[in-house]
Amino acid sequence: MQLAEFSWTAGLGGGLLIGAAAALLIVANGSIAGISGIVGGLLKRWDGSAAWRLAFLAGLLLGGVAAASWGGFPLGPGLDRPLPLLAVAGLLVGFGTRLGSGCTSGHGVCGLARLSPRSLVATLTFMGTAALTVFIMRHVLEA
Amino acid sequence: MEPVRIPTLCCALASGLLFGVGLVISGMVSPERVLGFLDVAGRWDPTLAFVMGGALLVTLPVFQSLPRLGRPLFAERFALPTRKDIDWQLVTGAALFGIGWGLVGLCPGPALVALTTLSTPAFVFVGSLLAGMLIQQITLEK
Repeated sequence: MQLAEFSWTAGLGGGLLIGAAAALLIVANGSIAGISGIVGGLLKRWDGSAAWRLAFLAGLLLGGVAAASWGGFPLGPGLDRPLPLLAVAGLLVGFGTRLGSGCTSGHGVCGLARLSPRSLVATLTFMGTAALTVFIMRHVLEA
Repeated sequence: MEPVRIPTLCCALASGLLFGVGLVISGMVSPERVLGFLDVAGRWDPTLAFVMGGALLVTLPVFQSLPRLGRPLFAERFALPTRKDIDWQLVTGAALFGIGWGLVGLCPGPALVALTTLSTPAFVFVGSLLAGMLIQQITLEK
């Protein structure tokens, strides 16, 4: 099996920071750092939790743009895909994460750490259908 | 309505900052790299496994010791999901999310960070993501 060029230190380091972010949010505020849940909560009702949700999202964008510009990391290589494809994918990700109560962060990073059977099933399911989709796109349709 | 408290906001902001920096450093804001991980039949890119592993190295011990902590520093209680049942919504939702993720390599976190590129693809994806969330909320939310 041929491997792509990758840096396990960057992956591990970035992962530790994401873990620290989730740990801080649960220990300090008692909240789960699930991106789809945090965004979905804002769409659902505008209550007293809106302020911290917005603060988290502001930090997410600021942290991302700061790391990218000061660290010289490229932001979003491979982002430029056909717009209809992006639109369909976006609808599926939005609808699916709300129906399934979470995404990579809520189920993958927080749910697995809680040893939640629901999160394990969700994570295996979305990893599975994602890998299958990539297989069909790249090796069957060769798009 | 819960009062807005400064320490809560500061911790949420700090958590978001760490999360955003982590996503960029790890390369997870690159759809190319994410698709490389999901493409198990191609030139496989193991990065995402290290990211998940690194995150779990921190979250696993922390979440497992929450009962001993009792309560969060700046809130009454931990807002943890209590459900244990595997229902059709969980599996169908996760399956649909995976298909969307596999189509373009973007999940919600990296997609939001991609907005800072101010590029059309990022806005189209996030706009549709929000629409998808609203459609779910209007049609299926109990």
